[in-house]
Amino acid sequence: MEASTVISLTLGKTDTSLKRRKLVDQIFTILVVLSALIGVAILALLLFYIILRGAPALNVAFFTERPLPYGEPGGGVAPAILGTLQMLAVAALLGIPIGLGTGIYLVEFGHGRFAEAIRFTVDLIAGLPSISVGVFVWSLIVRHVIGNFAGLAGAIALAIIMVPIVARTAEEMLRLVPDTLREASLALGVSRRRTILNVVLPTARTGLVTGTVLALARAGGETAPLLLTALGNQFFNFDLLQPMAALPIQIYNYAVGPYEDWHTKAWGASLVLIGVIATLSLLTRWATSRSSFKAR
Amino acid sequence: MSLAKPMVAERLERPVSSRGHSMQIRGLSAYYGAKKAVDGITMDIPANHITALIGPSGCGKSTVIRCLNRMHEVVRGARAEGEVLLDGENIYGPGIDPVQVRRLIGMVFQKPNPFPMMSVYDNVIAGLKLNGRLDKREADAIVERSLRQAALWDEVKDKLQASGAALSGGQQQRLCIARTLAVEPEVILMDEPASALDPISTLKIEDLMQELRERYTIVVVTHNMQQAARVSDFTAFMLAGDDRVGRLVEVGPTDEMFTRPTEKRTEDYITGRFG
Ligand SMILES: Nc1ncnc2c1ncn2[C@@H]1O[C@H](COP(=O)(O)OP(=O)(O)O)[C@@H](O)[C@H]1O
Ligand SMILES: [Mg+2]
Repeated sequence: MEASTVISLTLGKTDTSLKRRKLVDQIFTILVVLSALIGVAILALLLFYIILRGAPALNVAFFTERPLPYGEPGGGVAPAILGTLQMLAVAALLGIPIGLGTGIYLVEFGHGRFAEAIRFTVDLIAGLPSISVGVFVWSLIVRHVIGNFAGLAGAIALAIIMVPIVARTAEEMLRLVPDTLREASLALGVSRRRTILNVVLPTARTGLVTGTVLALARAGGETAPLLLTALGNQFFNFDLLQPMAALPIQIYNYAVGPYEDWHTKAWGASLVLIGVIATLSLLTRWATSRSSFKAR
Repeated sequence: MSLAKPMVAERLERPVSSRGHSMQIRGLSAYYGAKKAVDGITMDIPANHITALIGPSGCGKSTVIRCLNRMHEVVRGARAEGEVLLDGENIYGPGIDPVQVRRLIGMVFQKPNPFPMMSVYDNVIAGLKLNGRLDKREADAIVERSLRQAALWDEVKDKLQASGAALSGGQQQRLCIARTLAVEPEVILMDEPASALDPISTLKIEDLMQELRERYTIVVVTHNMQQAARVSDFTAFMLAGDDRVGRLVEVGPTDEMFTRPTEKRTEDYITGRFG
C-alpha cells in the first residue's frame, strides 16, 4: 500500500510539471511563430509599397531609354541598369575570388598571428562605412590611377565591400565541413589542394553561394561609394574608364529632385533594382545548383 | 624499391594479385605538440595477415595506426619520430611524398564518412577521380569490382546514383571500405571500423576482413577483445603508463596472446581485470 502511494504521488507530481512544460512549450512556439510573422509582414509591406508606388513608372521605355531632362515626357533608366550590371560583374570578378580565397586560407591554411591579422583586417573592412570605401577609392583610383570618375572605380569600391562578406561567410561555411571528410579524402592519397577543391568546397557549396549572393545584393544597393567613384551618367556608357550610371545613383538623383514625376521614377527604379538583384540571386543559385563533381 | 614518385607509379601498375606487403615499425614515437602520446613502438606487421591493436581507450592505438600512413601529421602540431617501413622502405624517409604513401596504405575510419555530396558511384571512385582522369568504362568496372570486394554490390547496384549518405551505417562503412579498395592499396588500416555499427553489420565487416586478408595486409584497431580474438592473426597490446604515454606491452600470435600471454598486464586486460 505504501508503495502504491509513493507511485501515485510521483505520478501526480509528474503530471503537473508535464502540464507546465507543455504550456511553456506552447507559449514559446507562439512567440517564435509571431516573430517570424512580423518579420515577413514588414518585408511584405515594404515590397507591396514599393510596387504600389513604383509600378506606375514602369513601361517599355523605362527599361530601354535613357533619362530625359524634366519636362520631356518618357525616358527611362536603361543606362543605370546596364551600369549596375557592368559594375557588379566586374566587382564580382574581383571580389568573389579574393573573398573565397581569404576564407579558404583562414580555414584550411591559416593559423597563428598572420591569420589573426587577416581576420582582423577583414572584420575592419566589413565594419567600414561604405562612404569611407568610396573616399578611399576616389582618392587613390579616381584621382591618381584613372584620373577621372569611372565605372571601374565604382566596381573596385563595390568589390572592396564584397570581399569581407564573402570571406566571412566562406570561413563560417568551410568550418562547418567536418574534418572527417578532409581526412577521408587525404587518406585516399588525394592532395590537400584537390581535397579542398573537390571535397571541401562542394560540401560547403550552398553556404558559399548564399554568401556570394548576399555580397552581390549588398553591393548592388550601394549608393554612397558610387557617387564618389562612378559618379553617374545620363547616357549609355560601355567604357569602364568613363563615368557610369547605376540604379542606386539614379534612384538618389530622382528622389532628391523636386518633381512628382521624378519621385515616381525613383520608386520605379527601386523596383527595378530589387528585380535585378532577385534575378541575379536566382541565376547564381541556378548556375551553381548542379553538382560540380561529375564523372569525367 | 623506392616510394619516390616514379617507383610508386610502377608499384601502382602491378597486378592486384601480387601479394605480400609487410610493414615494420621501428622505435616509433608520436607527439601532439609538445605532448608525447606514444613512445618507442617496435613491432612487425606480416603480409596478408590481420594484425589487431588492442588496449584501453586513450592508450594511443589511433595515434599509432595513423602514423602508419602518415595521417598523424595531418593534425596541426602533430609529428612522429622513428621509422615505419613498407617492404623495407621507410615511409618517413627523406623525399617521400605522404600523399603517395596514403595511396599505398589506405585507411578506414571509426565513423563511416562517405562524401555526402557524392553518389555511391562517385564515392567509390573518389580517390581515383580526385587524382586524375578516368574513362567511363574503366570507372564502371572499378566501381563494380570494389563494391563486390566490399560485399556491398548486391545491396546498392540499383542505387549507384543515390547519395552515399542515404545508406545505412553498416552500408556506409562498407562503402568507405570499397572506396579504399578502389585505390588498390597494399595495406589497409582500420581504426575501430565496426564500433559505430550494429552487431549484424559488425559481423559483415568481420567476414569481409577475412576475405580481404587474401589480398591485403590489414591492421585493425579494436577495443573489443572478442573481435580481436575472432578476426586477427596477430595481436599487439598497448597500454598507457602513469605518464599517459602509450607503449607496446607485447605482440604475438593472437591465440597465444589470448591463452598464455607472457605479460601479467596483458592477462589482466584480457581477463577484464582493468581497462
Ligand atoms: N588531436 C589530438 N590532439 C591532442 N591530443 C590528442 C589528439 N588525439 C589524441 N590525443 C591524445 O593522445 C593520446 C592517445 O589517443 P588515441 O591515439 O586517440 O588513443 P586510443 O585510440 O587508443 O583511444 C590520448 O592521451 C589523447 O588524449
Ligand atoms: Mg581511437
